[in-house]
Amino acid sequence: MGKVLSGSRFRRRDVLAMIGLSPMITLAKPALAAPTQLSFDDLYGKISVLGLEFSDKVKSLDGRDVEMSGFMAPPLKAEAKFFVLTEIPMSICPFCSTDADWPDNIAVVYLDEAQTFVQAGVRIDVTGKLEVGSWTDPETGFLSRLRLRGATYSVA
Amino acid sequence: MRKFLSALAAATMLAGVADAATVYPLDRATILVGSPFDFKVEFDGVVKQEDVKVTINGQDAKSVLGADVEFVADEQDKDGKSLGSAVILRAAKVAKAGAYKVEVSAGDQAKTVTWDVFGTSATPKAKNVIFLLADGLSVSHRTGARLMSKGMTEGKANGRLFMDDLDHMAFIGTSATNAVATDSANTMSAYMTGHKTAINALGVYADRTPDSLDDPRVENIAEAVRRLTKKSIGVVSTAEIEDATPAAVIAHTRKRGDKADIATMFLDTKPDVILGGGSAYFLSKDVAGSKRKDDKDLIKAFKDDGYTLATDKSELASAAGTNSGKILGLFHTGNMDVTLDREFLKKGTVEKFPNQPGLKDMTKVALEQLSKNPEGFFLMVEGASVDKMSHPMDWDRSLIETIEFDQVVGMAREFAKAHPDTLIVVTGDHTHGVSIIGTIDDEKPGTEMREKVGVYADAGFPNYEDKDGDGFPDKVDVSRRLAIFANNYPDYYETFRPKMDGPFEPAIENEKKEYVANPAYKDVPGAVLREGNLPRNADTAVHAVDDVVLQAAGPGAGEFKGYMEESDVYRVLADVLALGSSENM
Repeated sequence: MGKVLSGSRFRRRDVLAMIGLSPMITLAKPALAAPTQLSFDDLYGKISVLGLEFSDKVKSLDGRDVEMSGFMAPPLKAEAKFFVLTEIPMSICPFCSTDADWPDNIAVVYLDEAQTFVQAGVRIDVTGKLEVGSWTDPETGFLSRLRLRGATYSVA
Repeated sequence: MRKFLSALAAATMLAGVADAATVYPLDRATILVGSPFDFKVEFDGVVKQEDVKVTINGQDAKSVLGADVEFVADEQDKDGKSLGSAVILRAAKVAKAGAYKVEVSAGDQAKTVTWDVFGTSATPKAKNVIFLLADGLSVSHRTGARLMSKGMTEGKANGRLFMDDLDHMAFIGTSATNAVATDSANTMSAYMTGHKTAINALGVYADRTPDSLDDPRVENIAEAVRRLTKKSIGVVSTAEIEDATPAAVIAHTRKRGDKADIATMFLDTKPDVILGGGSAYFLSKDVAGSKRKDDKDLIKAFKDDGYTLATDKSELASAAGTNSGKILGLFHTGNMDVTLDREFLKKGTVEKFPNQPGLKDMTKVALEQLSKNPEGFFLMVEGASVDKMSHPMDWDRSLIETIEFDQVVGMAREFAKAHPDTLIVVTGDHTHGVSIIGTIDDEKPGTEMREKVGVYADAGFPNYEDKDGDGFPDKVDVSRRLAIFANNYPDYYETFRPKMDGPFEPAIENEKKEYVANPAYKDVPGAVLREGNLPRNADTAVHAVDDVVLQAAGPGAGEFKGYMEESDVYRVLADVLALGSSENM
């Protein structure tokens, strides 16, 4: 599984390479730059009862490519275009239990295509464009505040 | 024999058809006289309005319920599929105590239920009621807390818990209307309304329509106290304040997970003191950390209403000195950390929320504030994490929570000494499948942990110490500790040791939505895989169906005795506060 996924990770670059024109590659260079590492500890600058505040690092990376490492929470459906990335493996299921909650520190990962999911307890690395701010998924009503768009992932 | 069985089957089927309608409140409901409740009949399939007949004690329903029922031609499920016709009357009231026979029919459907509409003492027996609930409190929690806190010599406890000296006691049946098993919503709802209900429901009967906020409501204690008295109300919990137990004091929803709605419902009865976790549901959706999906800023709404806000232990202490009379204390975005982490190990989320008050700090402020009202008060205090730590089988955390809860019982008893017109109720809402079976002794030979489990004479006595006399063991990871096991579990690694690095998470979910043993504990020395005996969709150990032991002291406490249904407990509370006296009608 890991092999297939690490293949998909390079798909975007392959497409760019197939276009093959050198000016294009130059233009695409910022996207090819190594993504900035973002850890779960980096997410918040201030944590309080009256709200959390994203760190300066998160704010400055809004719209940029980042890489986060974590665990994939089991999704709503077996194949889905988004999943929730958590710092530690989920021991409850907020999609199933009426009173279970997501932790504060999650990122929602949007994939270009629906994917099947890796096993629980397996660490993954995710790369995508960071998007900061509240947004409701039109299909599922799932509200998120931190997203990785156009993301790919591989087993760490 | 075969003929007899088929005749029986036919009779059962006929009875099935004749019984098709469902009436809320359900058969054998106990209803506080004069309290508003929603009356609803759900017919099986679509019926004609002119065919519907509802009589109560042979009279037209309107003459008993105070208004006419409304006909709903066809209720629908979430996909728009027909569920059948219904009649509904919101906020019906029965003005006189007694037995009521409700007969409904439409075409070939008929259903008869009886209600026990109860009155109460004409005058209050107590001015104040302190309702102390440790979520999930089982006999093992009491025994374990006593052994850990006080110790034992030659088979006799070296000291007593505060709850050991309460005067009266009853066994409480906790089952839900839809299952023998039970959860913290339906159980606390029964305590706080006098009506049993379905799992996950609060202050409503569970009807068939998909909307979780339209189910037939019954009056909760906060509403009754507001309707009939000038008493103050307090709700205190170490959980999110929208969690099932505190929510049951004030809320109406079929789904305990409607936490954003529940948070808003606190504004309906406005308890004078609200203390707990769960601020995430008070914040508008644009604030990071919010768990609302709308723009409501409940913090502002409560402040505008004159509440003093406290967000940590120091602010709580200063809020206690203010004259507003109303305190909203929210000390965590989610559930508050447990005592073992908060006070001793500094694990869990203590680093993020370092100055959380404990249950004692919160109860102290609540009692001080509420007792300023000369009319008296109703205070509900929940030790939430006895349950929250029993689910993941983190018995050390769960027992330390029980000890803290017991110290709150001590505070309540101290208060009652100075204010003898106070009824104290101490109970759980349901139990867990947990037992203490001996000790685990690290000094026993070998490396296999199961060989270190001491049973019968080999158990000896545990070696916890409480040198500083704070009632808590100085450490939980002693060499000879209590052997505590659940009788039900998902797959998990049994480590036979306290979880010093943070609360236990026995199982994690896989992509098939099955719970598998959390590999994080695989390499703990001596850990063994224990294959679960629960369905694979169970994330942790579950509630037991065993009775709860309720204890009480103070005026009216003698009414608690023998076996009682959870809903009967409300009847005692209502009687003690005279919520159904004829003067109130």
